[in-house]
Amino acid sequence: MLTEGGSTGTLLFICMILILLHGSRGEIPSKPIAATILPFVKPNDGVQTYPEDQKNNLPVFTMNYPRIQIPFEITLWVLLASFAKIGFHVYHKITIWVPESCLLISIGLIVGAIMHSVHEEPPAVLTSNVFFLYMLPLIVLDFVAVFMQVFWFAVVGTLWNSIGIGISLFAICQIPAFGVQDINLQENLLFSAIISAVDPVAVLNVFEDVSVNEQLYIVVFGECLFNDAVTVVLYNMFSFVAEMPVVEPVDVFIGVARFFIVGLGGMAFGILFGFVAAFTTRFTSKVREIEPLFVFMYSYLAYLVAELFAISSIMAIITCALTMKYYVEENVSQRSCTTIRHVIKMVASISETLIFFFLGVVTITTDHEWNWGYILFTLLFAFVWRGLGILVLTQIINPFRTIPFNMKDQFGLAYGGLRGAVSFALAFTLPDTIGRKQLFVTATIAVILFTVFLQGISIRPLIEFINVRRTNRNLETINVEIHCRLMEHTMAGIEDLCGQWSRFYWKDKFMKFNNRILRKILIRDGRAESSIVALYKKLELQNAMEILDTASGNISAAPSIVSLSPNVDSSKLQKKFLAADLRNIHDILSKNMYKIRERTVAYRGKHALPNDSQTREILIRRHATIRRSLRPRSFQSSNVPRTHKYFSLPAGKSLESRFDAARWHYTDDHETLSEVAYPSQRSRFGKPARSSSSKAMIPLHRLGTLEEVPSTDVLNEESSSTGQGVFRTNSSYSDSRVPHPRRLYSLFDDNNSEL
Amino acid sequence: MYNYRYYCKNLHKYIHIVDVCFFTVSQEQIKNLYQRFQQLSGNHEKISRDDLERIPALNNNPIRKQIITAFFDKRNQHQNDVGSLDEIGFEQFLMVMSHFRPVNSTATEEEKAIVRKQKLRFLFNMHDTDNDGIITLDEYRTVVEELLSQSGAIETEVARSIADAAMLEVASTNVPHMAPDDFYEGITFEHFEQILKGIEMESRMSIRFLDMNTATMRCGKLSS
Repeated sequence: MLTEGGSTGTLLFICMILILLHGSRGEIPSKPIAATILPFVKPNDGVQTYPEDQKNNLPVFTMNYPRIQIPFEITLWVLLASFAKIGFHVYHKITIWVPESCLLISIGLIVGAIMHSVHEEPPAVLTSNVFFLYMLPLIVLDFVAVFMQVFWFAVVGTLWNSIGIGISLFAICQIPAFGVQDINLQENLLFSAIISAVDPVAVLNVFEDVSVNEQLYIVVFGECLFNDAVTVVLYNMFSFVAEMPVVEPVDVFIGVARFFIVGLGGMAFGILFGFVAAFTTRFTSKVREIEPLFVFMYSYLAYLVAELFAISSIMAIITCALTMKYYVEENVSQRSCTTIRHVIKMVASISETLIFFFLGVVTITTDHEWNWGYILFTLLFAFVWRGLGILVLTQIINPFRTIPFNMKDQFGLAYGGLRGAVSFALAFTLPDTIGRKQLFVTATIAVILFTVFLQGISIRPLIEFINVRRTNRNLETINVEIHCRLMEHTMAGIEDLCGQWSRFYWKDKFMKFNNRILRKILIRDGRAESSIVALYKKLELQNAMEILDTASGNISAAPSIVSLSPNVDSSKLQKKFLAADLRNIHDILSKNMYKIRERTVAYRGKHALPNDSQTREILIRRHATIRRSLRPRSFQSSNVPRTHKYFSLPAGKSLESRFDAARWHYTDDHETLSEVAYPSQRSRFGKPARSSSSKAMIPLHRLGTLEEVPSTDVLNEESSSTGQGVFRTNSSYSDSRVPHPRRLYSLFDDNNSEL
Repeated sequence: MYNYRYYCKNLHKYIHIVDVCFFTVSQEQIKNLYQRFQQLSGNHEKISRDDLERIPALNNNPIRKQIITAFFDKRNQHQNDVGSLDEIGFEQFLMVMSHFRPVNSTATEEEKAIVRKQKLRFLFNMHDTDNDGIITLDEYRTVVEELLSQSGAIETEVARSIADAAMLEVASTNVPHMAPDDFYEGITFEHFEQILKGIEMESRMSIRFLDMNTATMRCGKLSS
C-alpha cells in the first residue's frame, strides 16, 4: 500500500541514480543515456517548422519519445531480464543443470547480437551488485565464528592469486611468440588483480543449487565478499603504479598500509552508519512507514561515503548491514522488516539478473582484441593458482578447525571460484593509458565466460561425483536423525565436561558489553529479552486476527493422528509408513530435540526467507504452557470456548506450511473439537483435505486413541508404497493443512494498530 | 595446580592408554586433561558422580545422565568387564576420553574401521543399560523421551510413537523378511552399525583437546 508504494518509488529512484552515478564513474563506453541526468529531457515542443502561418491546433494525440526514453529503456531492460528469469523456472529441468547466470549471459549474448546488428549502443553497466550483498544479513552473526577463516581465505588467498597470476603472466609475456611483450610487470599485476576477484553473485548462483555443506558455502561466499577490499586496494595500487615508470620499495609499504586503511576503514564506516541508523530507528515508532527508507538510505550513504574516501565500499555496506540487522531489527516493526527483506531480495535479484545480462550484451558489442596465447595462459594460471592457493591455505588453517577441510572440500572451494561481474566492471574502468586495455577486457570476459559456463555447469555433476559433503536436506532415516542428535549431545556434554574452550568466548564477552551498554542506547526499551517477548506479543495478536479472518472457511482437515495401538507390542508390527508420516516425525524430531550450539547456520537457499523457527519454537512452548494452565477449565465443557482456541493456534504460517503439521501434535489429550468437525476427519488419511467448517475452530486431535483404529482399514487399501519395506503401519500422521500459509506479518490492512 | 610429580610419574602410562587405540596424542593434551581432572575432582585422586553432576554447563544437556553414567561404565574401559564403578581415577577418565580422539589421518582402513567400531560401541553402551547386548524397545523409548524432554510440549505418547517408528525402521532394514508374527527383539550391535553406516563417525565424534580454557576454569564455573 502506501508503504510499499513509497518504498518502491524510492527504490526506483535510487536505482536510477545508481545507474547514472556508476555510468559516469568510469569510462564506460556508452552512452547518451548516461549523460543525461533528468528523466525530463527538454522536449522540443513538437518541432515548429512553420511558425508563423500555421494556426496551431491543439494536438489531440502526440508522442514524445525522447522525454521518456531513459526510464523507458531501463524499465524495458529490467522487465526483459525478469521475464527471462520467469522463463527459466518454467522449465525446471534446465535450471538443475545450468545455473541461472549462464542462461542470463546467453540471453544477453543474443540480445547483444541483435543490438549489434542494428548498431545500437548498450546501456550503462550496472555495478549495483552492491545491493546484492544484502544477502549477507541472512548469514549473519554466526559468521563471526568463521570470520577469521573467511578473512584468511579472502585476504591471503586473493593476494596469493593476484601476485601469482601476475608474475606468471609476466613470464609468459617475455616469450616473443605471443607478441605481448609490451605489457610490463605492473600492468600484468593490475590485470591479475582484476581477474583474481571471485564473484559472489556467480558463486551464490551455483553453490546454492548444488547444496554443498554450509561450512564450505560460508567460506566461499565470505571470501567473495571480503576480497573486495583486497581487490580494490590492489587495483588502485597497481593502476597507480602502472602509470609510474619506476617502482620503489617504499611504494610497496605504502600499498600495504593502504590495504589496511581500506579494509578497516570500510568496516569502521559501516559500523558507524549502522549505529546511526539504529539510533535513528529508536525514535521512529510514530512514523513506521518510513522505516525501510532509513535502512536503505543509511546503507547507501555508507556506500557512497566509502566511495568518497576510496575505501572499500562493499565492506562498508556489509558491516553496515550487519550492524543494522542486529539493532534495527528490534526497533522497527515487523512489517517494516518484511518490507525491507522483500525489497532487498527483489533488488538483489534484479541487479544480479541485469549484470549477467549486460555481460552478454557487452560481450558482443565491444571490439575485442584477441590473443590466443595470452588468454589461454590466463585461464590456465587462474585455475592453477587458485588451486594451489587453496591447497596451501587449507593446510595452514586446518589444524584450527574442528572439522578440517578434506580434499573434496578443497576441490569444491577451488572449483567454486567463479569470476563474474566485479572483474568485468573493473576491467571496463581501466584507464585508457594502458596500452592493451582491449586485450585485458577481452581476456576478462573470456575468463568470466569460461568460469561461469564451464565451471558453473560442470560443478554440479562433479560435486556429486566426488561426493563432497552435502548439506543434508534430504530426509534421513529416523534412526540416523536420532542418533546423530544423540551424538551431538554427547559431544557437547563431553566438551563441557572437559572444559573445552568455548569458541564463542569473545562473542560472549561482546554480548555482555552489548547488553549492558549498546542496547540501552540503540534500542528502544532496551530490555534484554525484548525481541522474543515482543515478537511473541505481536504474533499472539496476529493470531487472533487471523482466526477472525479465517472464520469464513478454508480451514483444513484435522490431522488424524493414529498412533500405534498401545496394545500392540513390538512383536506384532505389520505396519508401513507413509511418506507423510515420516516427514511429520522428522519435523517433530527436528523441532523438539534440544538444539545445542549450532556451529553453522542452516542455510536455506537464496529464494527462501529467513527462518524464524527459533522464536516460533519458543512461542509454541509458551502456547503449550498456556494451554496446560487452561486445561482445568476445559474439562467442564467439551465444547471448548472460543477464547481458549485462540491460544492454541500455532504461530503464524510460513512458507513451510507443510511442516506445520508437526505443531498439531502438541495438543493436550483433552482438547477436543467440535462435534461437527470430528466425525469428518475419520475419512481422511494422508491427503490434505480441506473442510470448511463454519466454525473458526481448528479441530485438534487426540493422540494415540484406540478409537481411531478403524481408519486403518481404509488406510491399508490406500497405502502407497514408500519403499521402506513390507511392513504396514497403523500410524498415519496425515498431512494437516493449517489455515492458509499466509505470510506471517502481512495480515491486516493498516491504519491503526501498527504493532 | 596439579600434582606434577604424580603426573610425570605416570605420563608414560597415560600415553600408552590413549595410544593403544591408534590415536595420537600429545603431551600437551594429556596435561590439559589432567588439569581438568584435578579441577573436577577437587585435587583428589578420584572422581565420583557428584563431581561430574556439579558441572553447570551440563545442566542443559538432555542426556547428561547417560553421559555421566558412561564414565563410570566398566564396559567403556576396554576390559570386558561389566557393571559400573563408583569412582574413577585419571586412567579410567582418560580411557573414556580416548573414545573421542580424532583418528590419525595416516591410519589405514582397518584401523579406521576399528576406531569406528569403538565409537559406535560407546554409543551403543549408552543405550543398552542392562547390558544384554540389544537395545530393546523400552530402552529406545527412554532415549527418545529424554531427547525430546527439553521441549516440554511433547507428549510421552508421541515420543513413544517415534521410538516405535524408529524400531520399525531398523527392523525393516535389517530383517526384511520377518514373518508377520515374528518378534523383533531389539537392535543388536550389528544392526546398530548397519543403520549408522552412512555417518562419518570418525570426524563427527571427535574432539581436539587443544583449546582448553584452563585460565578461566574454576570448579563449577566455565566460560560458556
